[in-house]
Amino acid sequence: MNPFTPSAPAPFASAPGPTVRAVHDEFHGDLLEVSMGPQHPSTHGVFRMVATLDGEQLVKLKPVFGYLHRNHEKIAENTTYLGSMPYTDRLDYLCSMSTNWAYALAVEKLAGQAVPERAQYLRIIMAELTRLVNHSCLVGFLFNDLGTSFTPLLYAFREREKIIDLFEALSGSRMMCNYQRFGGCRVDPTPEWLAAAQQLVDNFPRFLDEYERMLTGNEIMLARTQGVGRLDATHAINAGITGPVLRASGVDYDLRKVDAYGFYAQFDFRVPLGAHGDTYDRYMMRILEMRESVKILQQAFKRLPAGPIMDPKAKLRGFRPKAGEAYGRLEGPKGELGFFLISDGSPNPYRYRVRPPSLINLTLLEEMCLGHTIADAVVILGSIDIVLGEVDR
Amino acid sequence: METLEQIRARLLLAYPAAQITFVTNPGPAAEHSLLIEAAHAVEIARWLRDDPALRLDYCSNATGVDWPDKTITDVTTTTEPDPAGGPAKTVEIKTTRLQPGYLEAIYHLYSIALKQGPVVIRLRTANRTDAVTLPSLTPTWRSCDFQEREIFDLYGIIFTGHPDLRRLLMWDEFKDHPMRKDYVEPDDYEWEPTAHGAVLERAKPHQSAAAAPAPKMGGTP
Repeated sequence: MNPFTPSAPAPFASAPGPTVRAVHDEFHGDLLEVSMGPQHPSTHGVFRMVATLDGEQLVKLKPVFGYLHRNHEKIAENTTYLGSMPYTDRLDYLCSMSTNWAYALAVEKLAGQAVPERAQYLRIIMAELTRLVNHSCLVGFLFNDLGTSFTPLLYAFREREKIIDLFEALSGSRMMCNYQRFGGCRVDPTPEWLAAAQQLVDNFPRFLDEYERMLTGNEIMLARTQGVGRLDATHAINAGITGPVLRASGVDYDLRKVDAYGFYAQFDFRVPLGAHGDTYDRYMMRILEMRESVKILQQAFKRLPAGPIMDPKAKLRGFRPKAGEAYGRLEGPKGELGFFLISDGSPNPYRYRVRPPSLINLTLLEEMCLGHTIADAVVILGSIDIVLGEVDR
Repeated sequence: METLEQIRARLLLAYPAAQITFVTNPGPAAEHSLLIEAAHAVEIARWLRDDPALRLDYCSNATGVDWPDKTITDVTTTTEPDPAGGPAKTVEIKTTRLQPGYLEAIYHLYSIALKQGPVVIRLRTANRTDAVTLPSLTPTWRSCDFQEREIFDLYGIIFTGHPDLRRLLMWDEFKDHPMRKDYVEPDDYEWEPTAHGAVLERAKPHQSAAAAPAPKMGGTP
């Protein structure tokens, strides 16, 4: 079998889409193949979709990857464990704090490393602030894709700027934070930092109210998103879709509740669930999750304990975990972000694997888009929330 | 959730002919795994997904690992009596043997319905060169679709039964599999075959004919 040629048709049941017409008679034109991307503003980076159109309707859509591929995994296998921590920032460059945490989580599992309580709280604070950044920007970009030409995005960026100013004050970098370490965090925030963060979180619901007043009931928004890009729960689970996209289809699966990693078991928050699995539900998931994140942050600020931020037994230099393997995963803003590591006892990981939620959430992109117009495909892609640094690695 | 040994015992009851090996993970994570014979992998995967006590409906992570050939040195010590009558000497005999390498695909399975997991299963190819086929688990878990394409791309495992096995990240004309441990980086990353080379090749016979002296008419050599 030549592996380069697609062989048999897919054995799994795809979502029902319109079939390609067999005859192109004089009343119907030919099918048109459009290559969207890699240089296209609506693909959120260097992603490419090869779309086959019947008029304006999509009959086939193939995603093409690899334009940002730099073999992150190979580079990490040739570096020490700590050496690839700054490089994980570049995977999902909007959410470097939670990407750092996912990597630290996997290495701590591999080495059996404990994390002090204060560091666990700080990690939760950083991860939830990151979720606010990601979700508010995603909503902005989604409206950009809907054709509102930047206004909601600028509102989101105004808030994001405040949060990444906090990140910069803490870690020295706005986006590439490099904050987590194996067994704790790198910098302890000052009381002033915590007061500023508390104030930001106090004000955030006001921004959300303003945002929702402008967007949620918007007539064009409703017409363009309700019933568009439906994804049913069975297909979504089978295709490994995770994060808000899965929960929009009504599947109650949030790793903060299921795995209860870190100290999430001690926090009181709810997991919002959608009912229809369409683009509108996916939008609402982000808004509701931001409100839950604010709740988590308020609890974390109230209960943040004093103490060390690094485990005294943690080793930064000469770190050599025992031979073995571990798969650590957490609920990133985009879905389940996992790191799989195999150690052979040397300073470098023998195998380092990133389980990218952005890539796997694209598995059903074609099924979600079939039968819709090409303008809707842009919106559906926007609602899945991908970042190409993570898709292509 | 039942332990991995219990799952293995039940699997052996359901598939007595299958070879299922328990692979110990010596690290602190202690996530052990089951090594499954490739011939039965598809049925076993479907069983794991549909079994009412497990319901592993979600394949979170699928990845490849390369284990190259290893030269293992065995040292055996024997005592030899000294012919001169002195004390017996201990002699070390070193023998080297080649442990053949293989490629491995590892799947991390979870259950969303019952909120349990992980169950880790591994499949191994016979070697790293010519017998690198494994059955695809994409018909069971669609989430393996892109991930198996990535394994094929970066490690060179050919998944039979995959609906659309193409390279995912490298370009289609790329020849090697860069995540293998013995991969050698090219001197020039930018080089790739262009149509220009093929044209030059086709032009060659014409050029040599033009350069050679014109054949004489009518004469015999």
